[in-house]
Amino acid sequence: MSAMRTWVVNPWRRPRFLAVWSWLYVVWAVGPVGSAIVFSFNSGRSRSTLQGLSLRWYVGDPDLSVLHDPRLLAAMVQSLQLAALTMIIATPIGVAMALGLARWRGRAATGSNLLMLLPLVTPEIVLASGLFLVFVHLFTVVPFGTPAQVLGHVTWSIPYVVVVMRGRLFSIGKEYEEAAMDLGSSPIEALRRVLLPLLYPAVFAGFMIVFALSIDDFVTSQFLSAGDSTTTIPMLLYSTGRSAPNPSLNALATLMLAFSLAAIGIAAFTLTRFARRHGTKAGATRELTAFEL
Amino acid sequence: MKRRSARRTPIESIEMLYPRGFWRTLALPGLLWLLLLFVVPFYASLSTAGGKLDPIFGTATPEWNPLRWHPDAFSFVLRNLVLTNGPFRVVFVRTTIYVFSAVALCLLVAYPVAYYVSRLQGRAKTLMLALVVLPFWISYLMRMLAWVGLLQNDGYVNRILQALHLIDHPITWLEGNPVTVVLGLAYGYMPFMILPLFAALERIDRHVLEAAWDLGANSLRSFVRVTLPLSKQGILAGTVIIMLPMFGDYYTADLLSGRPETSMIGNQIVLYLQGNTLGSAQARGAALVMILAALVSILTIYYLVSTSRAASEARLR
Repeated sequence: MSAMRTWVVNPWRRPRFLAVWSWLYVVWAVGPVGSAIVFSFNSGRSRSTLQGLSLRWYVGDPDLSVLHDPRLLAAMVQSLQLAALTMIIATPIGVAMALGLARWRGRAATGSNLLMLLPLVTPEIVLASGLFLVFVHLFTVVPFGTPAQVLGHVTWSIPYVVVVMRGRLFSIGKEYEEAAMDLGSSPIEALRRVLLPLLYPAVFAGFMIVFALSIDDFVTSQFLSAGDSTTTIPMLLYSTGRSAPNPSLNALATLMLAFSLAAIGIAAFTLTRFARRHGTKAGATRELTAFEL
Repeated sequence: MKRRSARRTPIESIEMLYPRGFWRTLALPGLLWLLLLFVVPFYASLSTAGGKLDPIFGTATPEWNPLRWHPDAFSFVLRNLVLTNGPFRVVFVRTTIYVFSAVALCLLVAYPVAYYVSRLQGRAKTLMLALVVLPFWISYLMRMLAWVGLLQNDGYVNRILQALHLIDHPITWLEGNPVTVVLGLAYGYMPFMILPLFAALERIDRHVLEAAWDLGANSLRSFVRVTLPLSKQGILAGTVIIMLPMFGDYYTADLLSGRPETSMIGNQIVLYLQGNTLGSAQARGAALVMILAALVSILTIYYLVSTSRAASEARLR
């Protein structure tokens, strides 16, 4: 007993308990998703009993598979379309804003910084219902459905782009621009031909991050949708998740997962290579999740 | 010292070489966007909550002049929040219990994981960190859907529990079971708790811990006296970061239970805003959203104040 006690309180021993606990956590966190993916390949109709593996719910089934069920296919198209549009609009605005806020000094700049951070600390339901009410009562020219959804997605994607870009900007520093100007280039030229090319990998990662954020979004899409025609994948998971009669929904969810993880994987790869070239210590994994207040 | 100050002058002046207002102009599109689609919607919610009913159509009409806001919707919500048998009070108390239980669970599970990852080195650390943040990038709805499959009456959770003879009959997990909702919330928001904890724990120098151990502190004592105090900011950050979305959550309860017995504030908001457009439902929904936002902003402000105080204390040291 006392040997046991000594072992437990000895701070120098190997952290076996912590290791086991952490691996259990990983299994618990990723396992269920893994099982949902496995069930998407089920050859039977059940979502709780595995009856063999097939691609039936992706392409095989002539009526109910993702490829052949118009509802599922439409949700996928809508999700991809929203993500693409959001990415194209939010990233340039966010990059410009990050550059501006990083260099602009003064009281107005402090206020602007605060405004930029506010959407990150606002529960999404507050932002989404505000947008819903503003499109109903004030900006009535914006129709519900894709236009309203894109505007909503862009609104809360901008701060994420700014946060990611800002980290990169600080790690590059101002020396490259200084050197360019010492060698006779104008400030605008230094920005365009030196700083921006240095930032391209981060900008590219920004595009990918916004894509993943948008494709996973549920609350904003739901509040601003125009009914069945603008249903996204997460909305379909929400509305039919409990009652879905077969694993085609799992197949759809798996495809969505593949899209967002591919985007994040590309972003992580780009940022890691970028970090290595510039000798910054912060790894990409950290950068992708450094959304502290 | 002298050399550093000599270098600093040109670095600081580099911004001034650009045309006047250049940086402001770059930030402008984003600022305008956030003004129009973040600040204005916020104001629209207030105006709808303070608005009146259209006499002909019976629909909610916002009142844009703050001097003429009607307190009806706010007082309706507040009255029902305070009254012992008010419908919102039950939901509000339930939401608070769910959120606090889920946060406690998250802390309990996430802290050891974050600590372990923060003490790893090199490749093992990168791998473990990637595994731990993986759920961060998996759609929340998909992670809930995965549990819907496992928690069916004939699903694997019941089958495993029965095989282990822990239960005789399958447990009904998905019909109004508060345990499922709390576990679902904890499961869903766990990754957001681990990251701030990890960031705080990683900053603790291993030598500080080793010093404590060298001086005879056992693992419990060094944890209570060194690790825990040094990671206080991380605990606070993680708690606030997951509490913010949890208070507005409605999809977890809907997917894992779908019953009014487990509905949360978020479900109430959705019911008012997306259900009936007639009558005062929209104004009441907007009032509920604003009260939620006010509550949540208290949390945020508390967090910001305590972080800046901690930062200034660190600077004094």
